[in-house]
Amino acid sequence: MAAAPNSGLMADSVKDAAIAALLVAVLGFFFFALRTDIGTGGLDLTYRWGMWFTAIAIVFAGRLLLNLFVFKTAKPVTSGITITVPAALTTVVGRFLGPVLLLMAVGLPFIVMVLFPDRDRQFIDLAILIMTYVMLGWGLNIVVGLAGLLDLGYVAFYAVGAYSFALMAQYLNIGFWTALPLAGLLAATWGIILGFPVLRLRGDYLAIVTLAFGEIIRVVLLNWYDFTGGPDGISGIPKPSFFGLDFSRTGGFAEYFGLDYSTIHRFIYLYYIILALALITNFVTLRLRKLPIGRAWEALREDEIACRSLGINTTNTKLTAFSIGAMFAGFAGSFFATRQGFISPESFTFLESAIILAIVVLGGLGSQIGVVIASVVMIGGIELLRNLGFLKEVFGPDFEPTQYRMLIFGLAMVLIMVWKPRGIISSRNPSAVYKERKKISSDMVAQGEGH
Amino acid sequence: MEPAMKTTPTQNWDTNVVLSVEHLTMRFGGLLAVNDLSFNVGRGDITALIGPNGAGKTTVFNCVTGFYKPTEGRIVMRHGKGFQSEKIEALTRTGRQFNDDGDDRVFLLERMPDFEISKRAKVARTFQNIRLFGGMTALENLLVAQHNPLMLASMMTIGGIFNLPGYKKARAEAIDFAAYWLEKTGLIERADDPAADLPYGDQRRLEIARAMCTRPHLLCLDEPAAGLNPRESTELNNLLQYIRKDHGTSILLIEHDMGVVMEISDHVVVLDYGEKISDGSADQVKNDPRVISAYLGVDEDEVAAVEAMIEMPPSERTPIPAKPAASKAKKKPGKNGKGGKS
Repeated sequence: MAAAPNSGLMADSVKDAAIAALLVAVLGFFFFALRTDIGTGGLDLTYRWGMWFTAIAIVFAGRLLLNLFVFKTAKPVTSGITITVPAALTTVVGRFLGPVLLLMAVGLPFIVMVLFPDRDRQFIDLAILIMTYVMLGWGLNIVVGLAGLLDLGYVAFYAVGAYSFALMAQYLNIGFWTALPLAGLLAATWGIILGFPVLRLRGDYLAIVTLAFGEIIRVVLLNWYDFTGGPDGISGIPKPSFFGLDFSRTGGFAEYFGLDYSTIHRFIYLYYIILALALITNFVTLRLRKLPIGRAWEALREDEIACRSLGINTTNTKLTAFSIGAMFAGFAGSFFATRQGFISPESFTFLESAIILAIVVLGGLGSQIGVVIASVVMIGGIELLRNLGFLKEVFGPDFEPTQYRMLIFGLAMVLIMVWKPRGIISSRNPSAVYKERKKISSDMVAQGEGH
Repeated sequence: MEPAMKTTPTQNWDTNVVLSVEHLTMRFGGLLAVNDLSFNVGRGDITALIGPNGAGKTTVFNCVTGFYKPTEGRIVMRHGKGFQSEKIEALTRTGRQFNDDGDDRVFLLERMPDFEISKRAKVARTFQNIRLFGGMTALENLLVAQHNPLMLASMMTIGGIFNLPGYKKARAEAIDFAAYWLEKTGLIERADDPAADLPYGDQRRLEIARAMCTRPHLLCLDEPAAGLNPRESTELNNLLQYIRKDHGTSILLIEHDMGVVMEISDHVVVLDYGEKISDGSADQVKNDPRVISAYLGVDEDEVAAVEAMIEMPPSERTPIPAKPAASKAKKKPGKNGKGGKS
């Protein structure tokens, strides 16, 4: 009895592994077996049959082992590996995670200065970067996570915010604090202008058109040379002042408060600005979720037709989500401009949109804490992978670890999505409670359009 | 070609009309789904729209609730009493959607977008395939239905962000109103459970509760009894009777379960191939030879012959096909149950 299925398993596995090996043989022929170098009078061709066979053998063996023990067998060895977290622990963590993270965020610059006195600038700068993405993630979470509208061009509003401030500073000599609300308003206006034609579309079409709009904004910025400086960008964007005090060597913040001048002051100040902006985003989002408008967004994500049957103007509801999301991107954009001091269309490519969307999806659609964790993992992770010097010890001095940065990062993302397909924090908190607050598991929650 | 039963004295739906569908035609490309259909829905009545599969019932519903724009025809919703012909004719000429007449407004539904029909004309609907917000709790579902009054109370969100007392009060009232309907539909124990978690019968009732939370004048139910067991079906009957009596809401329903239709309907309209073939009280309709032939799929003259050929089940379960045909229509339409062969 036992032999028959076993032999079937073996035969199946070998067949499957052979197919995989054949594929590698075909695909890898030009990459492994043949190598061309520029030689005298043309190209020199060298054959590397050993490398080709090794690749085929590795794939065959790996695939065979995976087939035998994981893919084809009735009892995969991986079935034993399930990470179960006790429910009590998750509720405790869930209750305290937010406040603990907030406290950490507030004290972070000082913690960093104490722990890493010689690298504090670098780490605070990284924290500013992460916090910018947290804010962008929270902003996009309104559009994608709550309203369920897949927006692939979110970076366009980030660009509008950044360029609004930069251009206002350049042409009208307006400072950061005056420009900040204007930049947010401009971005929200653009959100409405772009949203109006776009939001009649559904699903994939919406995603494609928002992607196109994101690119249009970037291309306009790139080509309107007289006004935006095109690819040269805009430089000399003013830094924010602290109630009129600059962070300069003389007559500035340090002198006024009797401190020794240090460049770190400005970094700490920038960090607190973005922290405050991000917290405002979070506060407004959490508030809106409990208001009729937020509930309408979530209802829209669940079922648009039912929404209309209940008298909800879906176009306006989508537009508010789109423009409020855009407004926060505008705030973040003008902060980005003041932090960098220089912006160019290079900073607003589709990759940025993709990273922000990845943060939202990885964190769990609609989850605020999830966005924070995902930002730390993604942005912090990419930076952390720059410091992989220790791998040289393992693989020898020729090994250049930074080359594998994206590979390791991609692998980590795949693993997280396999482990938690609906994001790190995937349960939904109801917006109104009658008797008892119960978390709603993610498999009941719809993901909206274009997912 | 009007059936003889139309001679009965004037009914509620002839004089006290909440909704009138007039010469409604709906064409999808070459397909004529509804053809020149006219009928009235009486105020405070339970009106059933029945017909074989594909007769165009749901199309009529979608036209009434604005999900389809009719090819031709007029659909009038009245909040005030009476037929109000002059007002409606005047409104039709102006090209506007509704008149400004305080509580006695009339609405031309074929001109209004779907959400306005629910918001202003106060026509609520449920769906054949339940469309709840599955990831939201039962309570949240009912709060979404109160979106428009809550939006006003939150001053279009601005007052809500700062949690002004006006909004707080409105929110508490909305939750009370939702709790009232959860109580009425027997779902109060599940108020904090996600809608997708509820059993099928509960979901059907929750959808009705959600529609009622928009405080409608007319409630349109698309097959509310589909998939319910007999006990749930009885509960549904009681709920609909309650809604009609205690809230004065008129009900228009599509239903295949003839037990439900015959028991609770005051008025039945029968469609076949997009045309009205019968219109009257439940008793009138079930004795109409055209209805019988439509359900049996044969010519009127053949009904008797077909009836003789097939074994009719007891008429309690399917009263319409089980009733005797034209030859016996003169007989007094007593309580059903005597339908078998003679």
